[in-house]
Amino acid sequence: MGKVMIEVKDLKTKYVTRNHEDVYAVDGVSFKIEEGKSLGVAGESGCGKSTLALSVMGYYFAPLHYMSGDIIIDGKSISGMDPDEVRKHVLGTEIAYIPQAAMNALNPTQKVINFLYDVVHAHHPKMPKKDIREMAEKRFEELALPKDVLDRYSVELSGGMKQRTVIAVSTILSPKVLIADEPSSALDVTSQKLVIKMMRELMEKGYIKSMMFITHELPLLYNVTDDIMVMYAGQIVEKGTAKELVFDPTHPYSHALMGSILVPEEGTRGKKLPALPGTPPNLKHPPAGCRFAARCPYATQECKFYQVPVKEFGEGRMYRCLKGIDELKEAYSHE
Amino acid sequence: MSDEVERRAYNKDEVILSGRGVTKVFVNGKVRNTAVNHVDFDFHKGEFVTIVGESGSGKTTLSKMILGLLPITEGTIYFNGKERDIRSGHKKREYWKNIQAIFQDPFSSYNIFNKIDTVLLDCINMRGGRNLPKEKKIEMMTEACRFVNLEFKELTNKYPFELSGGQMQRLMIARIFLLKPQILLADEATSMVDASSRATILEMLLNLRNETGMTVVFITHDIGLAYYISDTVYIMEHGKFVESGPADTVILNPQAPYTKRLISDVPKIHEVWDLSSVDLELNEIKKDSAK
Amino acid sequence: MKNTIRQLFHSPNFVVGFVIFVGMLLAIFLYPIFHPGSPLEMIGVGTFAKPGLYISVYDSVNSETETLRLPDADEKRSGAVLSDEDRVAMIEWFGKAGVDTTNLDASDDAAVLELWKANYDPDKTIKGLTKAKRAYYRRLNEALANNGEAELYVATKDADSGELVEKSEIDKDAYVNTKDVANVKRLVLGTDNFGRDMLKELLAAAKTSLMIGLIAGSIATMIGLILGLISGYVGGIVDDIILFVMNIFTVIPSFVILILISYSLGQSQRGAGVVAMIIGFTSWVWTARSVRSQVISLRNRDHVNLSKLSGHSLLRIIFTDILPYILSYVVMAFILQISSGILAEAQLSMLGLGPKTTEVPTLGLMMSWAQLYSAHMNGSWWAYFPVIFTIALISFSLNLMNTGMDQVFNPALRD
Repeated sequence: MGKVMIEVKDLKTKYVTRNHEDVYAVDGVSFKIEEGKSLGVAGESGCGKSTLALSVMGYYFAPLHYMSGDIIIDGKSISGMDPDEVRKHVLGTEIAYIPQAAMNALNPTQKVINFLYDVVHAHHPKMPKKDIREMAEKRFEELALPKDVLDRYSVELSGGMKQRTVIAVSTILSPKVLIADEPSSALDVTSQKLVIKMMRELMEKGYIKSMMFITHELPLLYNVTDDIMVMYAGQIVEKGTAKELVFDPTHPYSHALMGSILVPEEGTRGKKLPALPGTPPNLKHPPAGCRFAARCPYATQECKFYQVPVKEFGEGRMYRCLKGIDELKEAYSHE
Repeated sequence: MSDEVERRAYNKDEVILSGRGVTKVFVNGKVRNTAVNHVDFDFHKGEFVTIVGESGSGKTTLSKMILGLLPITEGTIYFNGKERDIRSGHKKREYWKNIQAIFQDPFSSYNIFNKIDTVLLDCINMRGGRNLPKEKKIEMMTEACRFVNLEFKELTNKYPFELSGGQMQRLMIARIFLLKPQILLADEATSMVDASSRATILEMLLNLRNETGMTVVFITHDIGLAYYISDTVYIMEHGKFVESGPADTVILNPQAPYTKRLISDVPKIHEVWDLSSVDLELNEIKKDSAK
Repeated sequence: MKNTIRQLFHSPNFVVGFVIFVGMLLAIFLYPIFHPGSPLEMIGVGTFAKPGLYISVYDSVNSETETLRLPDADEKRSGAVLSDEDRVAMIEWFGKAGVDTTNLDASDDAAVLELWKANYDPDKTIKGLTKAKRAYYRRLNEALANNGEAELYVATKDADSGELVEKSEIDKDAYVNTKDVANVKRLVLGTDNFGRDMLKELLAAAKTSLMIGLIAGSIATMIGLILGLISGYVGGIVDDIILFVMNIFTVIPSFVILILISYSLGQSQRGAGVVAMIIGFTSWVWTARSVRSQVISLRNRDHVNLSKLSGHSLLRIIFTDILPYILSYVVMAFILQISSGILAEAQLSMLGLGPKTTEVPTLGLMMSWAQLYSAHMNGSWWAYFPVIFTIALISFSLNLMNTGMDQVFNPALRD
């Protein structure tokens, strides 16, 4: 077992709306990522994937609020830390975050090297610009990014190049955890491949120690990460290795998600796509029982009223369902 | 483990919509940008066609031209064997009785000031049902909603934006169900909805085709989806069709280099996703920036 | 719709602006009900009378109980107050006459007077006094002797002889309640150069200016909306032509056109309504421009495409699929147009090109009059400051409402 880089224990966060209602976007999420490992988060839009990313960073600002739970990065707890402290001591060095559409957030009036100065100076204010440039050139070379990107403006770069530049800039201080939220979904497939290749290189060369990768594209997740957890309505419904989850899902929701994967491979055409009726529950008033009960084809009356425990099985796998594994497998085989 | 999807065979002799040398050039001052470059196509009656292309390939421009929302620079589109004539407002309206569309973003597809009833009533009126008794209209709307698994009673007097994205797209299909056009053009109709809703929408589109014999032209960037759903696939690159043919042939045995690359670059689950194949691309970028 | 209005009243900016604006409207409409009369009536207190309570002298003398309040009447009545000038002259005389002043407290009026009475003798010859100076001291002595004993009489002209005949004496200790006096006027803001009640004039002017703003704003918004819609939606050659006209209007400052039109019309033809129309016809460009760009971005939205596919006519698409989307923006532009219309009228009037001066007052005209009769030079602040304040308040409240609306209508600013 490798060293645990990030551990999250029973994290709960909420949004407060304009009408002062609470939305429990992340509700009791626990996981850990070991050194050299990557964890994928899958789920539909609105299930709390992006909120989880923000919450794990510990960088809370309205309307997102921390409620309870622990975030431990390489043995140090950052939960409950002041956002200013987080910005100074955690972001960049401990955790790097690549938000959705990060490439469009680059200031078009600045050269790329200036972003690097900013990132490095936030943590090492005394470091001379010459050293930063040297460091950046070395890193860019290793990541197969052309050096002269450093002296370009972001508008001069293509979409894929921009995104790779953003990743290179945000990981320049070799953070322990990289949180990437849909880093490649706005790109064409070839650029996406390049982005993934680069992230893999970052991991292999040890510039990032662990990674949390968020996307709704399951085939991508399967190819990128070691483990996958599936989120539904703010909770983790299943966790396991990528292979286990894609080919042998336990929870009815993961089962439906994996069944809807469409890839250009033999066998895809014959598939019968699973249909999930209804919509995810409103997290202002989460249901008392299983959150998936209203859409679950196998739900019984109990599912609607009983709290669902997390069940662990196999090697570090877990799922959140009242039914037993055999019972579910049996049901799936009749489809 | 699962049964084969029902696919109604289409008649390969009955061409409903075809194009010859269809071209669109956008002129902006002295800059001429050819978005669609001399494409030919034949869509048959009851065929499920997908046009696959990445962003910037000109697939949306082509769809707008097919719909008659954008004038064609060069080339001809034939509808039911005759050259399409949409030069007057009246003729356009006649043409639009036969071709309808579903767009990518359900949130911008509806007029937020119109209620759902208005949206559906409009379709009945367009099909000449303006003078039908009210009960008959409600019956038709209920039937259309049932087709897409929605309950009309729950929707009446609501606004489209009160629904989820998936439900809104399904309401769009209900609209098509009422309009019963001969051709449906679905432009990235599932790219903004979730995986679970996507399955439902695709199934409904297939059912629509199977039940009414409608020709469906589905435009997408997702080659896996195209493979799953369509009879015929057209692959588009830089305004041109680089390859077309039955889905099985094109996807499992691609001939054009672009199709090959596209299929190899998409992450898969059974085959290995080969990351090393992009090295060539990397070198190109290096050369590019050295200039 | 209801929801939007409720949201509007949750926006502090909008509420403050709205309260100020409605307050002004109430003042404008309620004041004339309680104080009827023409705002341009010259009430005859005189040019630039200070703010205060005024009593008509004429009416006071003609009534049964008369009184006149004179400047420093109280001091005169006490009779024991010396002016500094007199005091210095008296002490100088004491010195020249060799009177012993060692024990005299120069600031004690009573002591100085007593010493004067004891020593002064007009016949006494004092060396070093000119004849003129001696006459001065004699007059001073007489004045001091008569001080405190002056009597005021009210006289009327005798009907037969035409001479002044004493009617009654005014008692020094008599006061009269102002309520018993006929024709008392409280001029809260004084009068202007023509002797007109400023407050009444100001409220009437605010009303006229608001009307001008409203008419100008409506015309500008209508023209801007229609041209913007046509040019944005239809596009092509129509767009090019309208854009060309818009560019011309943008390049030539609309204020210059405004001045030229106003000048060529001549003062006699320029009623308030005409001026409002001229302003409206010259200020539509920015509304047209922004409506056009909004329509262009809406034109390619899918719901418009879908509406076209449903076979809707051009007019129907414009009225149901485009107009509702830009309506909130147009309302906001309209409010800004009202406020800029008011300002444009003020600018024109300052240049002497405003509405004709004989019909109704406007805020601009009042400013123009104040400047023309040098109110700022002679310290008559009440003739221009309240006008500036009113103009500022109107634009302030309208702009506040506009910002409030922006916060509600503009999703980018919503929190």
